[in-house]
Amino acid sequence: MKVVIMGCGRVGGALATRLDAENHEVTILDLNEYQFQRFLPESFGGRKITGNAVDQDVLRRAGIEEADAFVALTQGDNRNAMASQVAKHIFNVPRVVCRLYDPIREEMYNELGLRTISPTRVGTKMVWEELGV
Amino acid sequence: MYIVIVGGGKVGFYLAKELVEAGHEALVIERDAAKAAEIAETLGEIAMRGDGCEAATQERAGSGRADLFIAVTGDDEDNLVACQVARHKFNVKRVVARINNPKNEVIFRKLGIDVTVSATSVILSQIEQELPEHPLIPLLQLRSGFEIVEVKIPDGAGSLDAKLGDIVLPDQSMIWGIVDTEGNPQVPTPDTHLRAGDEVVAVTLLESQEALRAALTGPSR
Repeated sequence: MKVVIMGCGRVGGALATRLDAENHEVTILDLNEYQFQRFLPESFGGRKITGNAVDQDVLRRAGIEEADAFVALTQGDNRNAMASQVAKHIFNVPRVVCRLYDPIREEMYNELGLRTISPTRVGTKMVWEELGV
Repeated sequence: MYIVIVGGGKVGFYLAKELVEAGHEALVIERDAAKAAEIAETLGEIAMRGDGCEAATQERAGSGRADLFIAVTGDDEDNLVACQVARHKFNVKRVVARINNPKNEVIFRKLGIDVTVSATSVILSQIEQELPEHPLIPLLQLRSGFEIVEVKIPDGAGSLDAKLGDIVLPDQSMIWGIVDTEGNPQVPTPDTHLRAGDEVVAVTLLESQEALRAALTGPSR
């Protein structure tokens, strides 16, 4: 599978590393080159691109036109929402996953047809269950 | 009219000022506390501190009764999301987004934001009007003093009337390649006829650029 990942933080880096290890074709983007050094192992065989994936030219360079999946994992909800919509509606990427911290925005974009994940919602639920209240 | 403005930078500030002076009710949502306070100090109580992309902030701002919602921050993604929240959560009928990257205009339209304003596009079109109509684009400067340039052949150019071998080019200038309107590269020969829309790649000297442009794009005599 060809996967484009936007945002090389802990989640983006771990996901890219695992996909690469399982022989998927991975391209990972980040604004800051240092993030690649921080969150990818030296053995990482995928492509690393420094740039802003909200810019469609950068997405094209990352191979979005041939991608089977796009994952938005930056710290910015709005960046994730915009890039995911561009991937889905402009480049017709078959599978798009978007992380949104804000549960209200998550609910809205989910209604608008994006596959969304809110770590806030999921995290709160898990902690709640662990508390056993 | 009640107008909600997201972004209290220069654009948001003067927009609010003009609208209030024209008798409208306006509210500026600004993330930065100091900026919001500055607006309130100058324009009165029409500034609210908050993130205009958040539904809760828009609720407090009364987006639901807004006749017009305008997002003018410096970030296209923030303007997009603010407008989408206004439209989908608060049913605002008229939303306007400022865009910085002109290429985002098409994207915004596809995502349901019909009205966009791009200062970059406005300035670009002004500049284009000031430039000669068919400029020569410098591609690469060689150490020998030559330059590789690209020229697009316009309709009605004099160079369309003759074979390539008969077009008088400035000294030390030479056509190296042609990409036709179908996007196919061609090797030029003295018998080649140029066609309107062809992109010509040529080598020339810096001082001959203007003469080369005239020879290839000048009107037929």
